[in-house]
Amino acid sequence: MNIDSIRNGIVIDHIQAGNSMRIYQLLGLDRLACSVAIIKNCKSRKMGRKDIIKIDEDFDVNLDALGFVDPNVTVSVIRDGQTVEKRKISPPERIVNVIRCNNPRCITTTEPGLDHVFHLTDAERGQYRCAYCDAARQ
Amino acid sequence: MIKNLNDINDLSGEQVERLIALAEDILADRAKYQDSLKHRTLATLFFEPSTRTRLSFEAAMLEMGGNVIGFADPNSSSATKGESVADTVRTVACYSDIIVMRHPKEGAPIAASLRSPVPIINAGDGGHHHPTQTLADLFTIRREKGRLDGLTIGLCGDLKFGRTVHSLIQAMSRYDGVRFALVSPEELRAPDYILEGALRRPNVSYQETDSLESVVPELDALYMTRVQRERFFNEADYVRLKDSYILTLKTLERAKRDLTILHPLPRVNEIAVEVDDDPRARYFQQMFYGKVIRKALLAAMLGVSV
Repeated sequence: MNIDSIRNGIVIDHIQAGNSMRIYQLLGLDRLACSVAIIKNCKSRKMGRKDIIKIDEDFDVNLDALGFVDPNVTVSVIRDGQTVEKRKISPPERIVNVIRCNNPRCITTTEPGLDHVFHLTDAERGQYRCAYCDAARQ
Repeated sequence: MIKNLNDINDLSGEQVERLIALAEDILADRAKYQDSLKHRTLATLFFEPSTRTRLSFEAAMLEMGGNVIGFADPNSSSATKGESVADTVRTVACYSDIIVMRHPKEGAPIAASLRSPVPIINAGDGGHHHPTQTLADLFTIRREKGRLDGLTIGLCGDLKFGRTVHSLIQAMSRYDGVRFALVSPEELRAPDYILEGALRRPNVSYQETDSLESVVPELDALYMTRVQRERFFNEADYVRLKDSYILTLKTLERAKRDLTILHPLPRVNEIAVEVDDDPRARYFQQMFYGKVIRKALLAAMLGVSV
């Protein structure tokens, strides 16, 4: 299967197989007017199987959201068909408005206008806790 | 200067020590502090019922010459009209110098402090934190045992939703040589953020058990808690678990003679009334110390020098 190279845009590579749709939704890629290619389950020497997302437009990627979902991905910025920047992702210490707290007792479930803030509490396990109620999310 | 108090971890060990020292001084010479908070106003916003916490804060403020406004029932505030916590505190801050709030939602005091121009004190947020009860507990333990380090402390009952337990573990885990015996039914064990956080520190050790009898002989202090009906979504679970532990004189036969029995109160069945007359029962004294340490806290947060 062939997917055209992009001239100007973003390639999110080394996505853990199966994670691409989650990333697509978290980054709000459905709202883009340009072409977006989601390549699922392609062969990878390093990973066995992986997903790739290609965005045919320069786009300000929310690296925190990406780092939360899959800290092993790489983000390449493509200009005039060349890779001009490669960004390595790491789990962010703090994420804001990426996920919501699912503790029904948390103030964020009822209070309007509050940012949904999580802090990284266990980098090894990729565990985050709500800044308000301490409920865990992974 | 303490800006807001949401969680006992907002206070350094040094700040806790200073509050205890101030409370000792207030205890020694109440008259010296009787006008310390004159012309200052405390607002007490209680979106959930309270007897001790609210009244002790109000008494503390009044005894130091200050004023008190507020509500003890959310039905008498605009919260019933759907007003947000942020708007409520912005309003009340126009009429007060400091706000004490209790709210059923966890993290509500943090949401309040993001919008409030005056300091916020958390007087209990759901099953999460209750830092001023912890200050009362620490002050009581210090007065009763003469120290806070090297103690074996049993915490018994609802360790899952018991906010006073969470705050006390976090506070006591700062001291060297503290051992915790966590006694609860399987369903009411301490949440993992407590087990993975405070209890992982190298200076503390803990054991989890469902048997109070097995750990009683080792304890220097025993902190009993109530299984709280209001924290359960399912009434059947509450009924099944509510009388899991009842402390009686028989249970205490094997306890140390200088054991200190504490309870944040209110109690329901978990301490038999017969225990009240045992000299080891210190939970009523604990309430008194709660008022004194809250006086120290209000004075410290309002920047009063005496």
